[in-house]
Amino acid sequence: MAEIRNFTLNFGPQHPAAHGVLRLVLEMDGEVVQKADPHVGLLHRGTEKLAESKPFNQSIGYMDRLDYVSMMCNEHAYVMAIEKLLGVEAPLRAQYIRVMFDEITRILNHLMWLGAHGLDIGAMTVFLYAFREREDLMDCYEAVSGTRMHATYYRPGGVYRDLPETMPKYAPSKFRSKREIDRLNEARAGSLLDFIQDFTDRFPKCVDEYETLLTDNRIWKQRTVNIGVLSPERAKALSCSGPVLRGSGVVWDLRKHQPYEVYDQVDFDIPVGVNGDCYDRYLVRVEELRQSNRIIRQCVDWLRRNPGPVMLDDRKIAPPRRVEMKGDMESLIHHFKLFTEGYSVPAGETYAAVEAPKGEFGIWLVSDGANKPYRLKARAPGFPHLAAMDEMVRGHMLADVVAVIGTIDIVFGEIDR
Amino acid sequence: MSDPTPAAAAPAPDRFAQFAAAIVDAANGRVTPVGALPGELAFDVEADVIVEVCAALRDDPRLRFEVLTDLSGIDYLTYGRDEWNTHDATGTGFSRGVAGRYRAEAPPADAPAATTPERRFAVVYHLLSIEANRRVRLRAYCAPGEPPMIDSVVDVWSGANWFEREVFDLFGVLFRGHPDLRRILTDYGFIGHPFRKDFPLIGHVEVRYDPEKRRVVYEPVSIEARVLVPRVIRDDHRYEAALSARSAPAAPPAPGKPNG
Repeated sequence: MAEIRNFTLNFGPQHPAAHGVLRLVLEMDGEVVQKADPHVGLLHRGTEKLAESKPFNQSIGYMDRLDYVSMMCNEHAYVMAIEKLLGVEAPLRAQYIRVMFDEITRILNHLMWLGAHGLDIGAMTVFLYAFREREDLMDCYEAVSGTRMHATYYRPGGVYRDLPETMPKYAPSKFRSKREIDRLNEARAGSLLDFIQDFTDRFPKCVDEYETLLTDNRIWKQRTVNIGVLSPERAKALSCSGPVLRGSGVVWDLRKHQPYEVYDQVDFDIPVGVNGDCYDRYLVRVEELRQSNRIIRQCVDWLRRNPGPVMLDDRKIAPPRRVEMKGDMESLIHHFKLFTEGYSVPAGETYAAVEAPKGEFGIWLVSDGANKPYRLKARAPGFPHLAAMDEMVRGHMLADVVAVIGTIDIVFGEIDR
Repeated sequence: MSDPTPAAAAPAPDRFAQFAAAIVDAANGRVTPVGALPGELAFDVEADVIVEVCAALRDDPRLRFEVLTDLSGIDYLTYGRDEWNTHDATGTGFSRGVAGRYRAEAPPADAPAATTPERRFAVVYHLLSIEANRRVRLRAYCAPGEPPMIDSVVDVWSGANWFEREVFDLFGVLFRGHPDLRRILTDYGFIGHPFRKDFPLIGHVEVRYDPEKRRVVYEPVSIEARVLVPRVIRDDHRYEAALSARSAPAAPPAPGKPNG
């Protein structure tokens, strides 16, 4: 009689469904998971320590690289923390721009999640559809900041610059016919706002397409319904937030309950799940796509009607314009001081949180009055979610581990920091 | 300069004060309010009662702090000290900030006497009450001594497990009663606690592949540490009003700030 014992299985860090560099040590009883022990930190870059060694503004770019599929939301939390300590508030137009780009970011993130999650558990097609729309939103990032991903667009006191009047266009190439180029450039003829408006018009149809592929799909349901169930009590005790918490039926969204910027001015609903399984979290996120689209549309309308400054006119925080520097000594000095030494932030500490696509992304910032943070702690939503994974996969089959990894929407940039 | 408006959802200030009083009441007076920005609640807690206070805040029907949003550590070793020293400034100027002065264990000779604050390490708890829609920040200083120690709150919130592992990894704080206190973010076999202020930014060792030994080897760092932008603390009169409005400084008791 052979001795029966549990089998230890290494999952990752090079597994395609590990979403980056997750190493998962699974204790298996046959096909059933007894214990999951995620080993993280393979992407640890010490962002928080690095931030302590740089003037405040120079760390904004690092924030993009935390959760590298929801870039601007991370910047937002950091910039908000600095603004709170400085006691300043961005101009209203900048706040609307921030809200709009937060929601664009949410759609970007959820599309990435939807495509990857689908791919992980067997739905190939949705990935291609999701990335089609992602491309358009990346172009919005590019139009406004010059880069497609790591924007560094938000600044303490506002945003880097106003929305541009032109969109980048596709250039003729030997890989695309003229007719196709013209079709692609059709929506890009006007300003960025025109392009975003056009996007909001066609996006609900796209979400319908994703839903046709998945929502009533028998295989999709078999893979997600009743998998990784999290009760509301456990979700709270495990520090879950965002769609994971809402999927378990807890009505909690920072945009509604502790509104920041102009979220109290826009109209939207927050979807809430019932069973707390992977399928409910899927439904919550898909509905969030639609709600984000609604918010973006409202912001576009407001931004069209209300031109204005997008940056504070405080030269101690915001750099002067190039033109001013050409003729004004004081502007030149301000510029030099801001970009070498930076500004000093009054002593104190604060915690600023935004509802990032993955959950609550918070920045705890301690300043001792210097030009660099004394301590910066990024509260990444994925970190407690991954910690909760052990509880979610126990008793499930090995294949369900992949579904659970997908459903908590992890990105190692933010977990490992 | 006007203060930022408190979190938009915050109700009238009297209810805010009531809530703060409820926290002190639920904790049986074992918490001390510390200065915070308007709309934020922050308390200091003695380390030996942290678990009881946390459990009380979670279970009190008026408070219901059921979510531990975040738990992090902080090292107050160099709080309020800057790197910009004009005494030994050279005529060329540039050498002043080149070597990070406070990165090493040994502080420079002209550093103030109180170089090591009495209470160096603190663990900070960010709690969230979904029912009351409030946040509170608790801070507990670890007792002096090496290694710093504090009780674990894993029994109060399961979510504390990984957060405490992280603080242990990065700051070397030991959590009594933690079920599985392992390193989490740093490499297997890592030595030291990188987020301590006396741990240099460039680290102690570097890694490369040695073709002769045919394996990865660790060696002492070969590059020299330098600071591109020195740390400066400026007395800024613009913030004086706002700072004095915060009842007590958020700073630790005796950092010995030399501010010149």
